Amino acid sequence: MIKRSAEPLLWMTFSAGGVVAALVLPVLLFLFGVAFPLGWLTPPSVTHLAAVIGHPLTRLALVVVCTVSLFHAAHRFRYTLYDGLQIKHLNELIAILCYGGAVVGSLASVYLLATF
Amino acid sequence: MQKQIKLQVARYRPEQESESVFDEFEVPCPNDWVVLDGLNHIKDQLDGTLSYRWSCRMGICGSCGMTVNGEPKLTCATFLTDYAPGPVRVEPLRNFPVIRDLIVDLGDFMQKLVRVKPWIVRAAEKPLSSGEYLQTPEEMDEYKQFSMCINCMLCYSACPIYGLDPKFIGPAAIALAQRYNLDSRDEGAAERLEVLSDHEGIWGCTFVGECTKVCPKNVNPAGAIQRYKLNAALESVKSFFLPRGA
Repeated sequence: MIKRSAEPLLWMTFSAGGVVAALVLPVLLFLFGVAFPLGWLTPPSVTHLAAVIGHPLTRLALVVVCTVSLFHAAHRFRYTLYDGLQIKHLNELIAILCYGGAVVGSLASVYLLATF
Repeated sequence: MQKQIKLQVARYRPEQESESVFDEFEVPCPNDWVVLDGLNHIKDQLDGTLSYRWSCRMGICGSCGMTVNGEPKLTCATFLTDYAPGPVRVEPLRNFPVIRDLIVDLGDFMQKLVRVKPWIVRAAEKPLSSGEYLQTPEEMDEYKQFSMCINCMLCYSACPIYGLDPKFIGPAAIALAQRYNLDSRDEGAAERLEVLSDHEGIWGCTFVGECTKVCPKNVNPAGAIQRYKLNAALESVKSFFLPRGA
């Protein structure tokens, strides 16, 4: 019988987040942060983008990207604090702040996409 | 005149000094001499009180692991000329208590190793009359890499997590657990999971990867741990949805 622990679940979100963040975020950042603003590529029209984001599947995908990436960051940051700063005794507080931050960020992404 | 190289060897003689000091020795440096040859030269010719472990001289016994110029190395496989013109600093493996000179106390690892049951576990043994447990070459390939471990402790010495938290079960023990988990003849995976799914087990590892970098036998403990994390995570999801183990 495995001891009940949140660690496997947190690791899975961390792992999924690592993959998603590495595959999706650089492309989005390159397109919307560099290539479109500098005019290297012709940006899609606002109505076109709005239509894409308006589709429920796009919204779902974006929520997943935001959520798992934030949990990835939270997990990484938690262990950086543990090992880097040697403050393991603040375990609960660090966990609440890191994963709490990820939950808040995820809810914000849900809210923003739902009310778009 | 033969080429010489300077060895700075860490000495710790508890009856004489409260912390480690360095002694310097000039030793010959022919192309085929390894650091261990240098230490043997010191022991035989210059200072017979130097204490260190060694046995096979060919990367099999795993007893001559030391810190050479800051890196964990098997001293029988580390050539002196690669460090020319020197000096070469030889210290005991890090992250372990030093007993004397270059000898460290491995008791902690020995206790951890037993906890992961590194042997073939069977629910019921077959009677001898029914013959051997057969295995195909493909089944052996599954675990062969992890069976190459010689318990030299270079991975523990390189692991920053083990350095910070000695309760962490550590790279070699997890890799050896995987060696038996992946063996088609073994039935002990569930028992090992109990030990390894702990926070001090696989979840303590943050995938720094130094263990794999320093491993002299290419065991890839970091890879074993990551693979095992996925396995343990899936088992934990399964046990959540099927609590009675259906």
